[in-house]
Amino acid sequence: MGEVIEINGPIVTIRQPGIHNGEQVRIGELGLIGEVIHLREKNALVQVYESTESLRPGEQVTGLGHPLSVELGPGLLGQIFDGVQRPLNKIMQLSGTNITRGLRVDALDRDKKWHFIPHETLAVGNPVRGGCILGTVQETESIQHRIMSPPDCKGEIIEHAPEGDYTIEEIIARVKTVSGSVTELKMYHRWPVRIPRPYYSHANTDEPLITGQRILDTFFPLVKGGKAAVPGPFGAGKTMVQQQIARWANADIVLYVGCGERGNEMVDILQSFPKLKDPHSGRSLMERTFLVANTSNMPVVAREASINVGVTMAEYYRDQGYDVVMVADSTSRWAEALREVAGRLGQMPVEEGYPAYLASRLAAFYERAGKVNTLSGKQGSVSLIGAVSPPGGDFSEPVTSHTKEIIRTFWALSKPLADARHYPSVSWLDSFTSYAERVSQWWSDNVNPQWSTRREQALALLSESDELERIVNLVGPEALSSAQRWVLESSVLIKEAVLQQSALDPVDSYCSPQKQFSLLELMLRYHDAGVELINLGVPVEQLIELPFSTELKRLKSSVSNDDLQAFETLADKIRKKFDVMRAEYSQQREPV
Amino acid sequence: MSDLEHRKVSSIHGALMFLKGVKNVAYGDRVVIRNKQGGRRNGQVIKSSAEVVLVQVFEGTDNLDLENTWVRFLDEPFELSLSPDMLGRNFNGIGEPRDGRPPIISSIQRNVNGSPVNPAARSYPREFIQTGISTIDGLNSLVRGQKLPIFSGSGLPHNKLVAQIVRQAKLTGDSTNFVIVFAAIGVSHSDARFFEQEFESSGVLRNVVMFMNLANDPPMERLILPRTALTAAEYLAFEQDHHVLVVITDMTNYAEALREIATEKGDVPSRKGYPGYLYSDLAEIYERAGRLHDHHGSITMIPVLSMPSDDITHPIPDLTGYITEGQIVLSRELHSKSVYPPVNVPPSLSRLMKDGIGKDDTREDHPRVASQLYAAYSRAMDSRNLASIIGAEELSGRDRQYLEFARRFESDFVNQGSNEDRSIIETLDLAWELLSLLPPAALSRVSDEDLQKYHNWDGS
Ligand SMILES: Nc1ncnc2c1ncn2[C@@H]1O[C@H](COP(=O)(O)OP(=O)(O)OP(=O)(O)O)[C@@H](O)[C@H]1O
Ligand SMILES: [Mg+2]
Repeated sequence: MGEVIEINGPIVTIRQPGIHNGEQVRIGELGLIGEVIHLREKNALVQVYESTESLRPGEQVTGLGHPLSVELGPGLLGQIFDGVQRPLNKIMQLSGTNITRGLRVDALDRDKKWHFIPHETLAVGNPVRGGCILGTVQETESIQHRIMSPPDCKGEIIEHAPEGDYTIEEIIARVKTVSGSVTELKMYHRWPVRIPRPYYSHANTDEPLITGQRILDTFFPLVKGGKAAVPGPFGAGKTMVQQQIARWANADIVLYVGCGERGNEMVDILQSFPKLKDPHSGRSLMERTFLVANTSNMPVVAREASINVGVTMAEYYRDQGYDVVMVADSTSRWAEALREVAGRLGQMPVEEGYPAYLASRLAAFYERAGKVNTLSGKQGSVSLIGAVSPPGGDFSEPVTSHTKEIIRTFWALSKPLADARHYPSVSWLDSFTSYAERVSQWWSDNVNPQWSTRREQALALLSESDELERIVNLVGPEALSSAQRWVLESSVLIKEAVLQQSALDPVDSYCSPQKQFSLLELMLRYHDAGVELINLGVPVEQLIELPFSTELKRLKSSVSNDDLQAFETLADKIRKKFDVMRAEYSQQREPV
Repeated sequence: MSDLEHRKVSSIHGALMFLKGVKNVAYGDRVVIRNKQGGRRNGQVIKSSAEVVLVQVFEGTDNLDLENTWVRFLDEPFELSLSPDMLGRNFNGIGEPRDGRPPIISSIQRNVNGSPVNPAARSYPREFIQTGISTIDGLNSLVRGQKLPIFSGSGLPHNKLVAQIVRQAKLTGDSTNFVIVFAAIGVSHSDARFFEQEFESSGVLRNVVMFMNLANDPPMERLILPRTALTAAEYLAFEQDHHVLVVITDMTNYAEALREIATEKGDVPSRKGYPGYLYSDLAEIYERAGRLHDHHGSITMIPVLSMPSDDITHPIPDLTGYITEGQIVLSRELHSKSVYPPVNVPPSLSRLMKDGIGKDDTREDHPRVASQLYAAYSRAMDSRNLASIIGAEELSGRDRQYLEFARRFESDFVNQGSNEDRSIIETLDLAWELLSLLPPAALSRVSDEDLQKYHNWDGS
């Protein structure tokens, strides 16, 4: 038993001989949970995950003997957990609408029985290593949970349970280890959140993560197992981008981590996801989704834990051979929690109050993304997508600038675009991806061989038009040639008909890869045809007056993913009109 | 409660007082301080160890000395006594009457810090509140349980706007009135009087609870005032089933008090000297708005803040915007053009609008009309910009249409009387009147059906 020496907000100094750095503790009469983060002479500093109000010097402290860890087993999906993996629905049953302190709740349900089907290799006498698949249970209608041996397990199976219904506390196998001792395996195990879960090796990754958002998939793609950041000022659309990814991404499992953001955004997901269908599997979205929520009014230091708690659970499903997407909204709040603790510890701030280890902590987090060959011989991936909330929208601040160095896809949100209600407000100028080449094969094989060419053409057109707009803003539109005015016109078309995509539009919220390509191609063909006509002498005004552009702009929400034939109908109509114009002007040019 | 008074103050600086040799004091507890003249002050424990206790004194430490200061630890956190009798009353930041009437006596007492709402216990706000103001109802709709701040600046008519919202806010087809919790933080006497008279003349005074800390009242009390006010609001909403509208003005004064105490404590500053925890601290306040499962009442919150030097990237508006569910931004430029309310449309936003409007709530075209107005106004700003470069005469026909649209948008749609209570249908019809200045080809955000039904293009 130790005792409290000093209380300074969420940082409590305790005296307890023999306590380890990183160890979990229970503090005071209420049994507040905390974690030792620093040893200083005879004392230990503890960051407490709950409010320390009313705590007094002299109250008792108990070390729990283990670091902050999570329970990994069936029953995670569909749940919402707090930053230290306590199920919020259970907490609500215990303490009502507000969260009281010192509650002890298991992450996984102890009473629920799961139907366990042993894997064929689960047989007496067989060797078992860490991460072996022992059997399966149907966790939700669409997800089969693969029960694995803990990563540090090694030995020989001496006994196992037959197929049947078990709770997670029941023993499903006994393993004799090399040293001769016997380990009991259950359907769950614990893992410390600050240690990445082991895997066999890195795997190559060139399959895109399809999100159904054109500006992301077509222009700034991410791969399964990739790392991306979404920075932007408040209200620019970071949460919407992440929610859209959580809804529509072609992943097996989605984990939504709300870190220091709004409670209502969590409710939005909890209430809307069960009613939505995964476009890839046709099943309810909630069957593959789970959430970690440390909202902005919840204690700050649990915010730091929430990200690690989340990514450890993501790795666990990866190890089962699944493609997992974890979105974290917002990593800036996580960084601020680091800063808060560093400040209270009196650590030297380096930039804007952040401690020197900010960059390495960020890197360590994103390092946990990747596609891997798992210990069980399968392939799985964790894709990490972090929102960044720069103060004042200034991308040169420490969290944004360090993150930018680490991630490979950068979806920069722009305030002017958001102010004009151009959503998603992803800037085509400031965003980048280093995966475009790697995914081009996939697009070529599965959608159209022209994908790369068309993508580059569109990006070039957009950047040319930005240049032209600058000229117009200096000297007026008269300075532009007809061809240049057509470029401006086409760029408006691309922005409105392709880049803008309302998450609230039932038809356009998810856009299939095929539709993405067809839309883009149609707009570019329209542009190309216009260029040809201008070269024949057609006045650009005449092209601008044509009635097609409104129709083209509405196409995304009038034509559904499975009705792409409608594109051709419009394309034909346009072709006929252009043919007439072409004929007219080519004749005029013939010398009489 | 302990009657023991300690005379162990070892040092005093700013609003902080250090005591040595007082044992086992609970963190966050309430403290009462008395000096030789018997003057009483309030404080709170903000750091506690066996050797030293640090107390923050709300009234400041002027005229206190080390010798003749007695400190009593009440052995309880800051609590507020709650009863329906609070309605019609006026209190200071720690809930003591300012109106000369007796204190509230009740067996119901709540810690003013509250405890965090479980996100799983929230219910998503989606009931449209009609404020009668076109820029809010039409473009940035408010819903019951939303926190929607007003970003203003000194000299801008935010008080008038808030008073108009308070007067006019109602649910369509629902006659229950809002109960109002009014929290004034560091405001001037004349502003305070303006609101009191407003409440009185509109006859709502008995439905208002006021918490006031005026410009010349102790600044540190501002740190606790919004918490006290919200404790009252939570009681009225979730225990008394009222729909509560909380107006807090001016959050900038709150944040400045926080910076002052943080500096005295030696906390590591982040931007502009504000402590790194300003975000979390503000969130503790703003996140107390909302709706809960199985509860009838709601807390809708309209905080007002003035942006220092009209700078929206200043930490106070910036961090507020990162927490609240949108913002209504006022513009000095429109104000100087005599547009009232001078709502700066592009940076204004309501995030909860999407679920509170449309076919079943307002009208089916509402979401598309709002988006179209934004797009058109933004395009019109480009035309205005161009006109300033090359002159309006040189503009193309289309650009001139946009200029006219922008002019009418500001003078007819944004601008309205401070007693003009427009229904949402009037607002939407007005929107179409303006969109009819633009040809159908320019309106790609609305549907063909919308155009047929509402667009009145004369083809010129
Ligand atoms: N793709 C989209 N489609 C339609 N509306 C959008 C889209 N993206 C953003 N919006 C609008 O913008 C609003 C703000 O978006 P969001 O909440 O995602 O911003 P944010 O960047 O997460 O802000 P904060 O940093 O304050 O959390 C949304 O409520 C919605 O009205
Ligand atoms: Mg957000």
